[in-house]
Amino acid sequence: MNLRSAFLLPARVWSAVFLATPLAIVCAYSLLTRGDYGGVERPWTPENYTRLLDPLYLGILWRSLWMAGLATAVCAVAGFPLALFIARAGRRRNLLLQLVLLPFWTSFLVRTYAWLFILRDTGLVNTALLRLGVIRSPLPLLYNEGAVLLGLVYNFLPFFVLPLYATLERLDPALPEAAADLGATPLRTLRRVILPLAAPGIAAGCVLVFIPCLGAYLTPDLLGGGKTVMLGNLIQNQFTTARDWPFGSAASLVLMLVSAAPLWFLLRREAR
Amino acid sequence: MPPVLELREVSKAFPNHRAVDRVSLALERGGFYSLLGPSGCGKTTTLRMIGGFEEPTGGEILLNGRDVTRLKPWQRDVSTVFQNYALFPHLSALRNIEFGLREHGRPDTTKRALEALELVRLGAKRDSLPAQLSGGEKQRVALARSLVLEPQLLLLDEPLAALDPQLRKQMRAELKAMQRQTGITFLFVTHDQEEALSLSDQVAVMNGGRIEQTGTPEDLYLRPATRFVAGFLGEMNWFGGVGVRPESTRISGSGPGLPGTVESLLFLGNCLHVHVRLADGGHAVAETPRDGQRFAEGEAVWLSWDAAGELRFE
Repeated sequence: MNLRSAFLLPARVWSAVFLATPLAIVCAYSLLTRGDYGGVERPWTPENYTRLLDPLYLGILWRSLWMAGLATAVCAVAGFPLALFIARAGRRRNLLLQLVLLPFWTSFLVRTYAWLFILRDTGLVNTALLRLGVIRSPLPLLYNEGAVLLGLVYNFLPFFVLPLYATLERLDPALPEAAADLGATPLRTLRRVILPLAAPGIAAGCVLVFIPCLGAYLTPDLLGGGKTVMLGNLIQNQFTTARDWPFGSAASLVLMLVSAAPLWFLLRREAR
Repeated sequence: MPPVLELREVSKAFPNHRAVDRVSLALERGGFYSLLGPSGCGKTTTLRMIGGFEEPTGGEILLNGRDVTRLKPWQRDVSTVFQNYALFPHLSALRNIEFGLREHGRPDTTKRALEALELVRLGAKRDSLPAQLSGGEKQRVALARSLVLEPQLLLLDEPLAALDPQLRKQMRAELKAMQRQTGITFLFVTHDQEEALSLSDQVAVMNGGRIEQTGTPEDLYLRPATRFVAGFLGEMNWFGGVGVRPESTRISGSGPGLPGTVESLLFLGNCLHVHVRLADGGHAVAETPRDGQRFAEGEAVWLSWDAAGELRFE
């Protein structure tokens, strides 16, 4: 065994034990029949996949794609100016980057619960608005698609900002100056120089936000109050209350395939 | 007719230092001008203020008699060739040149850009991306990109610094030819005195944020106004406060004169430079003809000069 394979051995073992094996199990489960008390039984059947074509489940898939796409779009619109601002902030860059990363210092779960306290009927926003006399009864801020979208954007915005920042930071500052020199207003410079050159960073950010949003289950569960069911919630349900492991496995594999599509697109783009 | 460019007491102060200190300058139409000085002398900051990338903290900038001090870069009829060319990496050579034409809403952009590309003899590279061009080719695209707009004034920020020496000499000649051909006023920033002297009609020498002297290359070399200018342009021997050029310094194997010993001999092709360690510890250079008297390292020599070759400063 040469040195190269010796160094790669831990990664190979890890991939085999924690990636390939569980994936194989999930594949096998998805083609079996549900057991009465969870678990799986024979016979082998493709029925779990055909069940996913039911309008109910197609609706959930569609809602997941829609929510993830919307969250990605909002992250792009909010994240681009932020990343550009940080990339041009000179010496304050590192401080600002730390601020973007600050939410990661506490658990995802704790932060999502914090939103509950902000958005609920007796929460921060409604209390303040009621006291100020702006509204007479609390606004329905929680347990709807808007709340889920807010939670997704809040959680995944840093994943958009960081790769984009890395791209913008490498951009030669003389390029926007050259564009201005040649008669381009700042808006035209943005469109003709900065955006095309930032495209790889934007694409990477979109993929990094879209994929986890697609599989999100905690945010729709807590902030959507179970009313906004996404793929992640469906899968979670099958493995817990519904005790339908084969169907949950099939849904998981479909989620993986749908998630892989944008990733495949990105890798192909980079190969060019 | 007002000068193409006039600087009136232009200053730029940064929090910790004064980069440009009350610089005044007037450029006549169609000339080749240079701002020459060591790094950190304020020449690039001056150029950036003219281009609109920095706002002066004092003074006025006039273009054709019109005050442009507060105008943004895209509002000025001035174009810049950047030090590292700043070509748009995602656009072909042709599209780079077309960029400004389109922003200015000129007609026939592609046709004009192609003509400019031909002017710099890069017609065959029209579809090449900047990464596929050599240093000299990038330089020519950058030049064409600015010239195609026919600006009142072309600013060049050390445009030859990134090229290798052989190419630099060739590009120097091309720059000069291009300036004469187009009749556009060039303002060239450089720290290379040879570049400035060989290219320019007029040179302004900058030091410590101020202009030390403005004049023709000949003026500056033969009649430097300050010690700094005398020392910065060409070599200068200092004999007790008096400056003497190496070509005015005579060297001989016997007195009278300043005694010293030969330290080293530099063969320069057309002549020989003899470096001499003076008896008082100083250092001097004497230029001798290639076929003249030969000296050996360590030999005792005496230096002398005519009063006509002396340069005196306050």
